[in-house]
Amino acid sequence: MIKFIFCLFLIFVAKTSFANLAYITNEKDNTVSIIDIKKNKVIKTVEVGQRPRGIIMSKDGKLVLICASDDDRVEVREAKTLKLKYYLPSGPDPELFILSPDEETLYIANEDDAMVTVVDMNDKMIIDDIPVGVEPEGMGLTNDGKVLVNTSETTNMAHFIDTSTLDISENVLVDARPRVAMFTPNDEEVWVSAEIGGTVKVINPSTKEVTHTIGFEIPGVNEESIQPVGVQHTKDGKYTFVALGPANRIAVIDQKTKELIKYLLVGQRVWQLAFTPDQKTLLTTNGVSNDVSIIDVDKLKVKKSVKVGRFPWGVVISPES
Amino acid sequence: MRSIYFLYIFLIYFCFGFFILEARELSIKQIEERKQADLKRLKEREKRGNKKFSKEITLSTKLIFLSMERKTPPVLSNLDPILDDEGFYGVKLAIEDNLTTGRFVGHDYKAEFHRVLLDENLKSEFQKLLNQGNKLFIVDLNEKELKTLFETSNSEEIIIFNVRSKADSLRNENCKKNLLHVPPSYSMLSDALTQYLVKKKWNKWFLVTGPDENDRKYADALKKSAKKFNIKIKKEKVWDFSADLRRTAGKEVPIFTKGEKYDVLVVADEKGEFGEYLTYRTWDPRPIVGTQGLTPTSWHRTHEQWGATQMQNRFRRESGRWMKEVDYHAWTAVRSIGEAITRTSSNEVKDIREYLLGEKFGLGAYKGVKVSFRSWNGQMRQPILLAAPRSMVSVSPQEGYIHPDSELDTMGKDQPESTCKF
Repeated sequence: MIKFIFCLFLIFVAKTSFANLAYITNEKDNTVSIIDIKKNKVIKTVEVGQRPRGIIMSKDGKLVLICASDDDRVEVREAKTLKLKYYLPSGPDPELFILSPDEETLYIANEDDAMVTVVDMNDKMIIDDIPVGVEPEGMGLTNDGKVLVNTSETTNMAHFIDTSTLDISENVLVDARPRVAMFTPNDEEVWVSAEIGGTVKVINPSTKEVTHTIGFEIPGVNEESIQPVGVQHTKDGKYTFVALGPANRIAVIDQKTKELIKYLLVGQRVWQLAFTPDQKTLLTTNGVSNDVSIIDVDKLKVKKSVKVGRFPWGVVISPES
Repeated sequence: MRSIYFLYIFLIYFCFGFFILEARELSIKQIEERKQADLKRLKEREKRGNKKFSKEITLSTKLIFLSMERKTPPVLSNLDPILDDEGFYGVKLAIEDNLTTGRFVGHDYKAEFHRVLLDENLKSEFQKLLNQGNKLFIVDLNEKELKTLFETSNSEEIIIFNVRSKADSLRNENCKKNLLHVPPSYSMLSDALTQYLVKKKWNKWFLVTGPDENDRKYADALKKSAKKFNIKIKKEKVWDFSADLRRTAGKEVPIFTKGEKYDVLVVADEKGEFGEYLTYRTWDPRPIVGTQGLTPTSWHRTHEQWGATQMQNRFRRESGRWMKEVDYHAWTAVRSIGEAITRTSSNEVKDIREYLLGEKFGLGAYKGVKVSFRSWNGQMRQPILLAAPRSMVSVSPQEGYIHPDSELDTMGKDQPESTCKF
């Protein structure tokens, strides 16, 4: 009996110790910080390739993929230890990427050569390069993985790509310097943030029409420093969170009405966002204050900030095991 | 046996050397490698068949880049090569950027490069270009040369983008409805620098002005900024020694700067005839700011924020050298035209001008905030970099300088002060 309880205890420990780890890429430190979200503490910092930016995870939480921008490749690491498993090829200066739902294809935006590179995860080879606008960055994918949306920062467009043919089907002009494209959980809308334009455009993916343009006004904050980047939707369709860069705030928006609910004050120059799997907590990367803000989604309050490395850029959170 | 040790040592050296090469900035070797990889992929892509998304071309736009051949000035520094292709690669890169966008919307762009030679007449050459029906000009000329352009006929229905002259008069009493300025004016630069010096509480200046007309203009702007921000200019001197200072600076400069009480030595010497030789040679230990030392500028090789790294890399890959201010201005001008045409779907001079001077226009130009044009004098409003030779020190406007419309308008002549009347 004691043995049984001990086993249960072990399983419990194993489970809690694995769940809810956040991985933060520190662009100027060439490291990844691992935060235990329950303890709100950095438990480990690991050296990775040069200029790490985009970071994603496999569904089973076993692999972490990191864009090592200055090494011109993608690193695949074991999530638990962050030990390097292998490299994937990319074009020059990979910045953001996204995995297909079956996890067999990786789509990479290469900031330096106006291409979206398509990589076969099994062969670890480049299948194709899709010419897009200048300085591609944002990558959004529908749940079925059929439509990929890429944004190009200097061309100011959202490119809709048919993933079965790897051809561009349509291009939609958005505001200046689009950074992130994010489909709503029901795939009925794709939201595109424009950093210099200061707006978020909501596009209907079937008609390719812009249905809403969301602007921001914060009393006491200069219009020019409101620079939307990261976008995250809650799965229940209630809220959308938009990181506003040097305005140091997160805008909370009603996902249905597109109306502003609230601004949350976070660290300086906030860019990327990630939810915990239960969607009760949201993490933000604050590049200039070198920390991560932890937000309680139900209460819409900032709980705590955690110091990480220099210029935290991307964030990904492990799934529940 | 020994030879094996030698081999090991050699290998270690080899690896070590390799790591040294792997600096954060792309080394020439990395750029070469990228070029090779790009070429290889390009070939593979061609084999797979062309995938380019392109719409039928509905709008073709031709731009003219106009510059002048110049006499090579005496070499004052052995460090920086004298360039005769400033602006060229800026235009080339921007045309490529415009074409990328254009491909998706059916717009085509072309640039023609015209260089007026030393024995040619600028006015008549320009008239020829006008007679050919050209309407959009990117012009790398100084103040005097720019003025002669407006002596020609038909210069009303065109737009000229100034990418070199910083003269304040062109933005004020001599402004023109169809002349847009990308470079920050002297007064914008001096305000940007002064804001920072005020923040540092370096309020007592020693101003040294060079012999050139441009140096005087720069110094005038500095004096106006000093007045605006309540700075005391303790001493003003003109540097009129014409000797090559490389060997004698150690003797001349201490005496020149002796006996004054000041916080910073502010220097106006655009050509760099003596400014470079002031550092470390003043009587008292004082920092140097202005055209040397800490310099206000629109672009600098140390700039890497807000995506500038991408621009620097792309430019170096294209040209094999660092991007200079005129290159940046030319890039910004051509991209502005592209942006106006993309948004308005028209390449008529009237529509472009209206859009660029209107409230809707905003261009991402690697400065953290959008750049746009001041509707009252056609000057591009933009953040100003404050750069030391090897590091970016700050970016103006400094915190706390507020403005009802745009904080960028705290630098240079604001609308109420402007004497420009279109």
